[in-house]
Order: sequence, then C-alpha cells, then structure tokens
Amino acid sequence: MNELQFLTWVRGPGLDIAVGIFLLGTVWRLFEIYTLGRGKDLAAPRRAAGASGLHTVFRRSLPPPGMLKRSPVSYIGGYIFHIGLAVIVFLGAPHIMLIANLTGLSWPGLPAQIIGLATVMTMAAMLAMLVDRINKPAKRFLSTFEDWFTWAVTFLPVLTGWMAVQHLLLPYTTMLALHILSVEILLIVLPFTKLFHVFTLFGSRWYNGSANARKGVPV
Amino acid sequence: MQGPLIDTLARQGVSRRTFLKYCATLASMMALPPAAGLAMAEAMAAARRPSVIWLPFQECTGCTESITRSHSPTLEGMIFDMISLDYQETLMAAAGHQAEEALHAAMKANHGKYLLIVDGSIPLGQDGAYSCIGGRSNLEILKEAAQGAAAIIAVGTCAAYGGIPKARPNPTGAVSVSDIVKDKPIVNIPGCPPVPVVMTGVLAHYLTFGSLPDLDDKGRPRAFFGETIHDRCYRRPFYDQGKFAKTFDDKGARRGWCLFELGCKGPVTHNACATAKWNGGTSWPVESGHGCLGCSEPDFWDAGDFYKALSMPAHPPTSVVAAPVAGATAGAAAGFANRAKKNAARKARQPITVADLEK
Repeated sequence: MNELQFLTWVRGPGLDIAVGIFLLGTVWRLFEIYTLGRGKDLAAPRRAAGASGLHTVFRRSLPPPGMLKRSPVSYIGGYIFHIGLAVIVFLGAPHIMLIANLTGLSWPGLPAQIIGLATVMTMAAMLAMLVDRINKPAKRFLSTFEDWFTWAVTFLPVLTGWMAVQHLLLPYTTMLALHILSVEILLIVLPFTKLFHVFTLFGSRWYNGSANARKGVPV
Repeated sequence: MQGPLIDTLARQGVSRRTFLKYCATLASMMALPPAAGLAMAEAMAAARRPSVIWLPFQECTGCTESITRSHSPTLEGMIFDMISLDYQETLMAAAGHQAEEALHAAMKANHGKYLLIVDGSIPLGQDGAYSCIGGRSNLEILKEAAQGAAAIIAVGTCAAYGGIPKARPNPTGAVSVSDIVKDKPIVNIPGCPPVPVVMTGVLAHYLTFGSLPDLDDKGRPRAFFGETIHDRCYRRPFYDQGKFAKTFDDKGARRGWCLFELGCKGPVTHNACATAKWNGGTSWPVESGHGCLGCSEPDFWDAGDFYKALSMPAHPPTSVVAAPVAGATAGAAAGFANRAKKNAARKARQPITVADLEK
C-alpha cells in the first residue's frame, strides 16, 4: 500500500468504519442514558427549579471563587484548548468541506494562518495541562489510564494536522492520511470514554442544577 | 543525422548561445550547480547519438504525443531527434517485419549500451494476450529488451505504476515495468502524459554524467518530482488566505482562487507542471482553471472522486443510516434491560419500618 492508497483508504473504508462506530456508539449511549429516566422525587420540592438548570449550564463553565488562583493551568489551559479545538474543527476550511460533504451545511472559514495559530496555542495548552497532571500529586493520583488515553487521542489529530500543513517529518500525503486516521481513532473512542461529555455535558449540568434547586439550592 | 549533436543543431539553425542557454536552464531546473550547465552543454554537444529503443505497450500514445508534438519545434523536440531512436512504432517509417528487424538489429548492435524507453503497462492476464506485438506478448518483449539495456526509462504513469489499465478492476492484469524488471536501473517519469522537459532533462543528465539522476522512493527524478504541485502553485497564496473557487464559473474561479474545494489533488501530487508548465511554458492545468488530477501518482485513478476535495470522504459513507439504527436498537435494548433490572430491584425491596428497627 503506497501513501496515496493509504490516504484513499482512510478517506473511504476507514472513514466509513469510524463514522459507523461513532454513530452507533453515540446513539446507543444517548438512548441508554435518557431511557434511564429519573428517580421518583418522594419529598416535596423545597423550591421550584426555575432557571437553575440553565444557570448551572453556564455557571459550571466559570471557576468558583478562588479556584482560578489555586488551579490556573486547569482553567486557563482548559479554556484555550477547548476554544482552540472548536475554532480548528469548525472554522478550518478543509474541515468545513468535510462537514459540508457529510451534512450539506457550510459556512465561511478562517485564513490558514489563524487556524495555524489556534493549533499551536491548543497544543501548548494541552501540553501544559499534561505536565500539570503529571506534576500535581493529587491530579496524578486521580488520573486513570482513560485520562492519559483520551488526552493522547485528542492531541494526536491536532499534532498530525499541524505537521501535515507545516510539512514536518513525513511527506504531506502520509501525514494527511495519519491525521485522518487519528481523527478516526478519536471518533471510535469518543462514545465509549469520558470524551462522551461532548454530548452529555450540558444535559447533565441542567439535570444537576434543577435537582439542586428542588433540594433548596437554587443557582 | 550523424556526428556530434552540436553539428546537427547548428545545421538546424540553433546557435551555440541558444544551446548554452538551454543547457543552463535545464541544469537549473534540475537544481544542479551552475557549472553543471556548462558540463552538460559540453557533454551533450559532443554526444554521439545513443541508441534508444522505445517500446509501446498498453498505452494510448499520449506520452509520445506529449513529447513529440507539444514542444515541437523547440529544443526539447530536437534533442529528442538527436538520439538514435532505433525503434518507435508510432514514429518510425518501417512497419511489420522491417520494424522487428530494426529492433533486433539495434538490440544486437548496442547490447548493454542502449537506453530502453517504455510507455504503457504490461498485461499479465491471459498469458499477456491482451497486448501483443508481432505475435509476442509485451512481457516477453520487455524481458528480452531489458536484458541488453543500460537503463530503462518508464515514461508515463502506465509504464511507471500501471496507470489507467491497472485501475480497478484491472481486467488485463496490468503491471508496471518495475514490477517485472528488477535488475536494471529504472527511472520512472510518470504523468498522464509526463512533462516533456522532464524526459529531456533525464536524457541530458544521462548524456552528461553517464548516470541516472537522483531518484525518490517511487523511482522519480527528485529534481522534477521533489515538490508537490500545491507547494509550487501560483494559486497557493489563496489557499493560505482561505479563498476558494466553489464552482468552475463563480467569482472565485474568475479571480483565480485556489481550486482545492473543486477537488484539486495538488497537495498530494509530485510533479513539475507548476514550474515547467506545458506547451512551451504557455500554461498548465491549474492555470487553465482545472484542479490537478494527480496523474503522476501511483493509482491516481482509484484515489477517489476527481472533483471532491481531499478532505472529503473518497466515497459517500455507507454507514450513516445503518449505524444509528443499530445504535438506537442497541440503546433501546439496553434501556429495556435497565428498566427490567430496576423493576426487579423494586420488587425485591423489603421496606423497613420504625417498628422493625425497634424490635
């Protein structure tokens, strides 16, 4: 298999397998989670839930008082790499082409240099957070295999995409194929690891917020 | 046309100065040091027409057209005339038995010294019956001719990598020259057709230095195939700025924006089109408004849709309908199982009252 055949494979059968597993896993888990239902609330609610669910969705994106100082890398790095990933994935021209091809939806992208800058910042933030995770004893103690693994499968697509565009290490064709392959691995892994927070994050925040309000802790 | 090349050129009205300029250009295109231009001129001027045997196999003659016509009557064409082309079915006057005799005479007279040029792929299916010359299969002819060759130049993607005949489902069992000949130096000059100056560049290198140029991992001369079309494309700045033509006749297309979104394979294609151009430097595919097809890469025919961007799926994903349905089914089944578990737990629950605790 030469590199063009490798690229054609990841753009064809490889993508098919990855998208298939991703969709299967995602629909499966969402179905399973939402059919669990809620336990019957036997006590009378202390307050009406009101907008606590919606508030919690936003409030949990902000650091609680004092936490930014105690854990700056987690918060600042977390912001940078999440926003960076969104910018790269949704505003990079080749990525928009992919989304347009799969869904028919399309929008204008950003110049390659800005995407490049976002990529470097994202990688720097992710590396800083990895170092922080290794250095802080509490974080290290709490980390499981899944944490290291999901970091790697998130980092690799960013790194390989950047290396392909910058023509580093390997020929562009091979690097592009590796980039697409790494994204396919991410797609396969996503529904079955903590990366599933992409889908469950806001739902669970809402659930917790409204449950807390009923128990008398409105936000 | 006998005698050194420079005499023949002079007879055709080519001045020494023009010839030197040509050699300097050729040397610089091949990224050789400035002195190489002079060396090239000296060596080529004195060269006594090396014998060249050109074997056409499963091909469309496009490669011959490219070299003999598109640059005619420029220097490339003349240099091409200067070699002693002892066998070339399309160009030679002889036919039938005379042609076969010419081939065998040339092979015998220049054994071990002639250059063998091959265009077209070699079919292996049906014992090679798909393509025969004078009742002999291409495979047989190639094996025989390769034995006495100093080096082999595989011209065109078919000879270099199997090309279009090898495209799925490859009905004739087509293979490339390098799939068959293992013991001779082989230069691949892929392209559908290849750029003429690449061909003459390799010949000039051979005449000057007596060796073949530096090759990449796919057997292509690095000087011409070292960089991608995309990296040398004059439309590259538009790619970097995110300015793309969306259709072949929109505002972007008229302004000459990048053709990536229209399926240009420039980023993964190594060739000299962007620098050498075609038709005597007039234009090249991207300049004329069409994306690169990637014709100088192995198996370009099977590398997905020509009009789909590289970042798009090569084929429409087939799993997008079945997978969510399967997921929903699995999810629903898991949901029922969870519900059953919950109900069972509820039924098995034994409530404890205050009275029980006080017992």
